[in-house]
Amino acid sequence: MTDTFLIGMLVLAAGLFAVGLFGVLARRAVLFQLLSLEVMLSGPSLAFIAAGARHGDPAGQGMFVLVLILAAAEVALGLALYLRMARTANVTDSDSIRDLRH
Amino acid sequence: MIGWFPLFLGTVALVSAALTVTRPSVVHGLMWLVAALLSLAGTFFALGAGFAGAVQILIYAGAILAVFVFVVMTFDASPPALARERLRLKQAARGPLLMVLALGLPLIFGLWGGAVASGLAPGGVVPVQAVGGLLFGPWAVAVEIASFLLIAALLGARHLVRRDPPQDSERHAP
Repeated sequence: MTDTFLIGMLVLAAGLFAVGLFGVLARRAVLFQLLSLEVMLSGPSLAFIAAGARHGDPAGQGMFVLVLILAAAEVALGLALYLRMARTANVTDSDSIRDLRH
Repeated sequence: MIGWFPLFLGTVALVSAALTVTRPSVVHGLMWLVAALLSLAGTFFALGAGFAGAVQILIYAGAILAVFVFVVMTFDASPPALARERLRLKQAARGPLLMVLALGLPLIFGLWGGAVASGLAPGGVVPVQAVGGLLFGPWAVAVEIASFLLIAALLGARHLVRRDPPQDSERHAP
């Protein structure tokens, strides 16, 4: 595995992160923002795996497992919050969360 | 030389992710996210990280996405809602796009500028035994903290979506 190849994989990982960040910033539906967070987290996963494969080190896959656990916890809490807001205040939109203040 | 194969699969994942965040309907976005995660799993396999690829398919594309599919049933997918979503994305896309470019360009140019250290040992297939030995040996504390995090998320989610019990005070009255 050459350095050029690793740089290509890291560019792909940065692209995944950037696409997810764009989704979080541009979308207003809460479900889409959660999906974009998943895309954002997959970028660092790819970077860890690629770097681990480059150096032949198991730490890359270990970090991937920890990122996966973080994603699972984030999805559980995010979806629970979304369901609660949609049920009690009919909020499906991160703009209309502001209306809950009064 | 299979060097092009992970790059190809990663590009497929990137395109699927871009389609994920720009679909007006959340079901379509979810299906493209499945495609992105599965091609990422293929990338992991091609990079010699078999354990990570299997976990990606089983937990990410399996369990986490299944939870999303359940919640999608609450989403408004009528044609006017989709048209509103499409219009809103068109109006709101420019600012985030510029910001993402401003963040991403230095990163990528920094990579091409030789920020990656060279001359290290060439990698290969990382055995699963090494990953397990790392996670349950030197990283045991991290795994414990992660399990605490999962328990906290489980209890929090259960508490958040719990419906309030009905007010039947007569039944418990003596």
